[in-house]
Amino acid sequence: MKKWLRRHETYVFLVIVLFSIIITSQNASFLTLENLFDLLKSYSFLGILAIGVLFVLISGGIDISFTAVATVAMYVMAIATIQYGGNMLTAFLIACSVGVALGLINAVIIYVFNIHSIITTIATLNIFYGVLTVLSGGKWIYGFPTWFREFADRRVLTLTNEAGVQYGLSTITLIWLAILIMAWVILRYTTLGRGLYAMGGNPDSAARVGFNIFRLQMFVYAFMGFLAGIAGVIQALLVQTVAPNSIVGKELDVLAAVVLGGASLFGGTGTLLGTMLGVALIAVMSNGLTMMRVPSFWYNVFIGLIIIISVSASAYRRRQRERRMIAVEAE
Amino acid sequence: MSGVGTNMTQPFLSMQNVSKRYVGVQALDAVDFEINKGEIHCLVGENGSGKSTLIKIISGAVRPDEGAQIEIKGERFLDYGAIDAIHRGIEVIYQDLSLFPNLPVAENIALSQIVARGNRFVNWRDVQHIAEEAMDRIGVELSLDELLADILIADQQLVAICRALTRDVRLMIMDEPTASLTRKEVDSLLAVVHDMQSKGIATLFVSHKLDEVLQIAERVTVLRDGEKVGTFSSQELDDEKLTMLMTGKRVEYTQYVAEGQNDDVLLEARNLSKRGNFQDISFQLHRGEILGITGLLGSGRTELALALFGANPPEAGEILVRGRPTHLNSIQEAIGLGIGYVPENRLEQGLIMKQSIGKNIVITILKKLLNEFGLIDLNATQATIHNWIEELSIMVPSAGSPAQNLSGGNQQRVVLAKWLATDPDILILDGPTIGIDVAAKRAIHDIIRELAKQGIAIILISDEVPEVLQNCNRVIVMHKGRFIAEYDPQQATVDEVQDAIYLAGNYSRYRPRS
Repeated sequence: MKKWLRRHETYVFLVIVLFSIIITSQNASFLTLENLFDLLKSYSFLGILAIGVLFVLISGGIDISFTAVATVAMYVMAIATIQYGGNMLTAFLIACSVGVALGLINAVIIYVFNIHSIITTIATLNIFYGVLTVLSGGKWIYGFPTWFREFADRRVLTLTNEAGVQYGLSTITLIWLAILIMAWVILRYTTLGRGLYAMGGNPDSAARVGFNIFRLQMFVYAFMGFLAGIAGVIQALLVQTVAPNSIVGKELDVLAAVVLGGASLFGGTGTLLGTMLGVALIAVMSNGLTMMRVPSFWYNVFIGLIIIISVSASAYRRRQRERRMIAVEAE
Repeated sequence: MSGVGTNMTQPFLSMQNVSKRYVGVQALDAVDFEINKGEIHCLVGENGSGKSTLIKIISGAVRPDEGAQIEIKGERFLDYGAIDAIHRGIEVIYQDLSLFPNLPVAENIALSQIVARGNRFVNWRDVQHIAEEAMDRIGVELSLDELLADILIADQQLVAICRALTRDVRLMIMDEPTASLTRKEVDSLLAVVHDMQSKGIATLFVSHKLDEVLQIAERVTVLRDGEKVGTFSSQELDDEKLTMLMTGKRVEYTQYVAEGQNDDVLLEARNLSKRGNFQDISFQLHRGEILGITGLLGSGRTELALALFGANPPEAGEILVRGRPTHLNSIQEAIGLGIGYVPENRLEQGLIMKQSIGKNIVITILKKLLNEFGLIDLNATQATIHNWIEELSIMVPSAGSPAQNLSGGNQQRVVLAKWLATDPDILILDGPTIGIDVAAKRAIHDIIRELAKQGIAIILISDEVPEVLQNCNRVIVMHKGRFIAEYDPQQATVDEVQDAIYLAGNYSRYRPRS
């Protein structure tokens, strides 16, 4: 019990429960299986990106460019798919390859030129996005093949509501879940994953222990790119059109979710459970405000407030703990 | 001091003619060095004497210039590198310990082993097992699930040792291992080193603290300006001799006798108390006096110092400055009353390391340097900076270079300059010579004495009993937040004061933490 009280995740979870109770009291359709499945589908995009950002933060870096990477990956995938056909697998393969390549560019710049990751990725965000806008002329892309549209509606579990509308657990959610499990195994059970924590905690020591810092960094930004590629495809699946400006701008939402989940911008800390709770909190907030018919502008205000409260609360608890540690032996 | 020396005289590591030249600097000049199997050896020298370069060469992190001969257990190496060092069982524990504050103790211990094995997956039972085995080897007990950041520094040190022990260590190199430990903790560390010796592990200590060096080492190698002065058996050395070998000068310890002192009470404390900090503290501090306060880490000495500087207001009692009662609720107030404070940790609290030396010096007196427009007068600023650099003979490349480029001794002078610039009547010095080598230490002591002569009242806080006895005209021992004894340095001996500190409490290192 005491162990749980020390964990950030517990508090995020309690806040989610509290919000859910408030929202349900205003609109009973919030706490329904249908709404839950719907959220799990539409937040796959944010949830997958959040996993990538968590990896980057744990390793002691930060990535702002992933939305641009996702956009480029999505665009390339869309053009190739519409022009040459293919299937879901090729769509994902193309998008992920683009994502990994762009992620590696980030890693190389950060490592070789020793530029801070925030500056590097702000720059590459602009470059990736800028080049795309120039080359595409900002054109929207429609007309995906039928198989692409069908995949978006595929479900592994289908239920029907009173109105006769079908709903259920989307395949897209399953992709998110699969990535989550993979990420969990990497972070907890591989030397690579522990290396990310080590590097985030103390990069010099990580190198001394025998980790190859460059390789770790390559992995972390490539993995971010890989997930950005998947997220790009999922975004295309969800909206069935590709617009150059549909993703860029969401960086801060994703970062907010990860930070709410307890990851530190200083590196070395953060858990998948926390990150997913962070995503859940943002989803519940956003969805709940809509359901309570609060104008959507308020959403930003609430997110901002929650971030400040959450981060100060964990800073406060840390200070309390430190105070206990340095307490003098005096009676 | 150790009986095992005789049958272990086969050298484990032997290096001849080791030189290292960096651009413009001869860091090491034809140094020979040898350490026997299971030997406890100390490497001493002032800053810049080449100690760290030698360690880096032994650990393979730096390659020596041509002509060096390196042998481990009789095996010659042509191109000696880090891999060779690791495979032959040479481990370095750096001063910063190189641990991971965000990871549990067990993982900190086991991680390098797991990386070395090249396993792709981590088996957590294995991690636990590796950690337990390492702890067993030296008979220590640490709570393995706790985050490293949450345990004591002394325990973190043990974690670093345990981590090294997960490999087949033959030579453990410890760089300044005792810098942030209390005396008691140092003793248990030395016990661990002896324990490792009984298992045939050699230890090479790099230390500034000469009394420790002499207490533990069988042999001592002294470096000066990149050259080897010699290797000596510790029996033939004493503090004074060692200092002379290191500095090349005869540094004599003289007892400080107050000259500037008079009956003018500048600072008085009456029954100061604060829960969990200090209890019932009363004293008077006179003009020109150097009052020493000593005690274990955690005895409340730093908390008291902070209280006198307005940073940790007491809950009860009275502070009088020049006879007038004051509240001292803020640092600004304390500075306004002419109180200066040089903190224990100059790296974290005393200096802005990335800022220039000059800016660090004037930071406390910016208000005094304003011209009629309310802007900082650059000429006056430069004049002040140069005045202090000269006054304290701070060795600087230029006043504009960052403070982090300076040696420890010079950094400490910058901190002193910064507070002297405020023109204080009362100066509180908390551990002013921590991590500084002998000669620089002596220079700081001279500055302190000179300040007292000029009429400044000084409180000198230190856990080194010889330091307070030599430089103060009154020494108070603090324990568990109370003053428990007072000594006249002209009559008291180091042992006497040392005993008072230890006998006061049965301080147990592994107390349960809640």
